[in-house]
Amino acid sequence: MSAIKKILQPVADLWSLVVGLQITGRNFTRSQVTVHYPRQEVDPEVNASYRGPIMLVAHPRNQAKPKCTACMICVTACPSSCITVVKAPVPTVTPEQEKAFQEAEARGEEVERPSAPREPVIWINDFSLCSLCGVCVEACPTHCIEFSHDLYSVGTSRSDFMHDLLVPFPEALRPATPEAPKAEEN
Amino acid sequence: MRYEEMGLTEGDFYSRNFQKGAREDTLILNLGPQHPATHGVLRVIVELDGEYVIRAEPVIGYLHRMHEKMAEGRSLYQYLPNMGRVDYGHALGWNWALVGAVERLAGFEVPERAEYIRVITTELNRITSHLLWWGAFTLDLGAITPIMYAFDDRERLLDILQMATGSRLTHSSFRVGGVCTDINDKFVAACKEAIPHMRARLPMYRDLVTGNTILRNRLEGVGVFDADLCRRYGGSGPVARGSGIDYDVRKTENLSIYSRFDWKVAVQQAGDSMARYLVRMDEMEQSLNIIEQALASLPEGKVMMAKAPKVTWAVPKGESYFAFEAARGKAGVHLVSNGGKFPYKIKLRSPCFSNLSLFAEAARGTLLADALAILGSLDLVIPEIDR
Repeated sequence: MSAIKKILQPVADLWSLVVGLQITGRNFTRSQVTVHYPRQEVDPEVNASYRGPIMLVAHPRNQAKPKCTACMICVTACPSSCITVVKAPVPTVTPEQEKAFQEAEARGEEVERPSAPREPVIWINDFSLCSLCGVCVEACPTHCIEFSHDLYSVGTSRSDFMHDLLVPFPEALRPATPEAPKAEEN
Repeated sequence: MRYEEMGLTEGDFYSRNFQKGAREDTLILNLGPQHPATHGVLRVIVELDGEYVIRAEPVIGYLHRMHEKMAEGRSLYQYLPNMGRVDYGHALGWNWALVGAVERLAGFEVPERAEYIRVITTELNRITSHLLWWGAFTLDLGAITPIMYAFDDRERLLDILQMATGSRLTHSSFRVGGVCTDINDKFVAACKEAIPHMRARLPMYRDLVTGNTILRNRLEGVGVFDADLCRRYGGSGPVARGSGIDYDVRKTENLSIYSRFDWKVAVQQAGDSMARYLVRMDEMEQSLNIIEQALASLPEGKVMMAKAPKVTWAVPKGESYFAFEAARGKAGVHLVSNGGKFPYKIKLRSPCFSNLSLFAEAARGTLLADALAILGSLDLVIPEIDR
């Protein structure tokens, strides 16, 4: 009995290899399933559910401005501290305006001094720290942060990953550069 | 200093403290890479007599990222994404372990639909995790092609998982009190399409790899763990089930809605590497059964409970323990809170840590090549061991 088994066992073993090779052969004739990345890209429909680097939502009335109110909740919510938001400062009051305000106050009128616009001037997401957890997206009270579907975020330096989210908004406020006051003086 | 006096001038702390046995003719060998930038840095020091392993000692800690300490400095909501990084293979299993511990402590009720979504996504994730292991394990044994097949299927399933979780590897879509995104008809349709496809692929895997004589000779009778060894070291998951221990947290603790579905715990009695292999292959089939039934009875409704906790939510005072059957075994979270902003302490019970502890004893007296087969059959994820 064992002698027969001894003969049949190697045959069965060899047959298992043949079965494996049949599968390999069958798959050899199948069409390719991979994508040649730089020349081809995956179906954009697949990316639609991908939660990529965050981006800001445009203001519903003015598409050129972000909806963000610079409330800073996302900054405190972020577990990786990768968000930097700077609020717009209170506009500087010129001496003439100040004089006008004081005169108006002396007359007993109610003066409306300029207040800080509820907008960010800097909105940077450090993507090298971001873990795409989505806590900021869920924490935002105005729902102004959302995930982009960008799969192909690459860069050659660390600074490439400092995503400035105000770039797509041409009318977004920008911080006053130190050069600007000098230009006015001249 | 002391080592120099003892005449030891070579090696680092571990190899110096790996004491030489009574024999002089043995060789001490370091297995595995140790550079922190490499993936899966496990080092095993083995003492060899020719090709036979006399002693083996795993050295861990190269990937320690202090996940437990990190929990003490952030709110639970902020800590959730960490769970996807503990075990990249079965991220949702760990997600569930954490949210389960919090929900048990706070006494939250999760909406029914959210429970179903959790079950579906977790089981999909279990299949992708086992596929990853299957490919990598056969790669360890010298078979190059199976990982190509595994990744072909894995990518299809990841496309589906991405619809529900938004990511392809470190999923973290579970929230305290539900899940963050609802699933849509597209997801359900894709799932229903993927199940028969996977069912057709599993017999192909069996013909290609499981039935292969080379693999069978490498695995059968190699690294036999008896049930007692598994119990002593706290082995769980496929490692314990391969040794005839019928223990699956989903079944024994009657977790969530698993009791509503008709499925079996995959158990093999042999206890060798082949048994652990077969347990995982069976589990993939059982997961498909669970997903199919869950999809058929998917209820309508909300996916987040009313008044779900926000980012700054503080966990109520007390402690709780919740364990979930992750792909590698029993993943447990012990949560202690003193009612403050951050949890007081979170202890993560890693199944891989216990399963690796088996290895030192199990590898004794085996061939070096067999020791590697045993190591592969444990399905280790190093980030989870080191946490």
